[in-house]
Amino acid sequence: MLLHDRTVFRGPQRAIDTAGVRLGRRAILRIAGLSVAAAAAPLLAGCGEQKPKAAFNAIDVTGATFGQGFALTDFNGQPRTLADYKGKVVALFFGFTQCPDACPTAMVKLAGIAKALGPDAARLQVVFITVDPERDTPALLKEYVPAFDPSFAGLYGTPQQIAEVAKSYKAYYNKVKGSTADSYTIDHSTFTYLYDPQGRLRLMARHEIPAKDLEADIRALLKG
Amino acid sequence: MNALALAGRCALCVMPAILLCASSLAIAQVSIGNPWVRGTVAGMRATGAFMQIDSKTDVTLIGAASPVARVVEVHEMAVVDNVMRMRAVASLAVPAGKPVMLEPGGYHVMLIGLEKPITPGTSVPITLTFEGRDGKRQQVQVKAEVRPLNAPATQGAGAKAGAPATHHVHSK
Repeated sequence: MLLHDRTVFRGPQRAIDTAGVRLGRRAILRIAGLSVAAAAAPLLAGCGEQKPKAAFNAIDVTGATFGQGFALTDFNGQPRTLADYKGKVVALFFGFTQCPDACPTAMVKLAGIAKALGPDAARLQVVFITVDPERDTPALLKEYVPAFDPSFAGLYGTPQQIAEVAKSYKAYYNKVKGSTADSYTIDHSTFTYLYDPQGRLRLMARHEIPAKDLEADIRALLKG
Repeated sequence: MNALALAGRCALCVMPAILLCASSLAIAQVSIGNPWVRGTVAGMRATGAFMQIDSKTDVTLIGAASPVARVVEVHEMAVVDNVMRMRAVASLAVPAGKPVMLEPGGYHVMLIGLEKPITPGTSVPITLTFEGRDGKRQQVQVKAEVRPLNAPATQGAGAKAGAPATHHVHSK
């Protein structure tokens, strides 16, 4: 196009036009160079970052010595250990039912992922462990946990058992006095712990993780 | 003729009503958008209510009450260093023209000591008490729609699109 244009113009205009075209060509070359570089940049960066950047969105804790399992009771009164869920990806969350915000948000996110997984959801086990064993009775957990998804498990134990399990997960929780004796709230860590189907702790997902990122991690763990 | 007379009489009747409306609108500095409550299941003794609060003048939310809950507080929730912390706040400032969102991940009205489950399809009355800079108090009646326990947080107070909830204002 530009070369054609140059042939069209004659006379005094020509030099200017030629210069213009030269500039134009150089500029085009430069732009072309830039765009090649720009196109290559993510590829190169992708190659470079592949190593340090984990394949997961959540925090990779593969090989961790904490969070190696639990021995608690589910809301049907059945003793439960991590080994019961072998062959499934386990997503474990510490919470309490009187939690109006963080806990339902986390559970809704996991329920949405279970739905999105379709038939693969059979290989996902969400486990909700109460950090409020005084108020979260088995009967209440049985109402609360399956309200998010019927496949979800709700576990409880004695205050002592819960304290030990939380400690073994480096999970924090602390009762905070309310205005009345039974209106206390509980500060608690909001990580979701993810196990691969072999029962190994692999990931810890922050509360803020977008659902699609957590879903991708769960799918990756399911693939093994 | 009769119709005209009737219309005239009606106009006379309607007039004071319009004036009444206008006067009550004048003191309705606070409006509440999209109030909702997370539903509960049997045995749950607490839940949170979410909404958007708008005010034409600087006001402070200083109290809340509901017939369904023994204690009603305004709470602030935050996840800091991966720990969820929730605290009651004594008051919540609502600056003029700047909506305050009570939504998952921030503030909520905490309903504590529920007598019975709060079921979707119903609504929960909440009375909010605001105080203006002049010390005058006004109460706003809110009817919060009950959403299922598993309602996503993104539905939130979602006040952008929603129509303001019906409310009545009483000056004290």
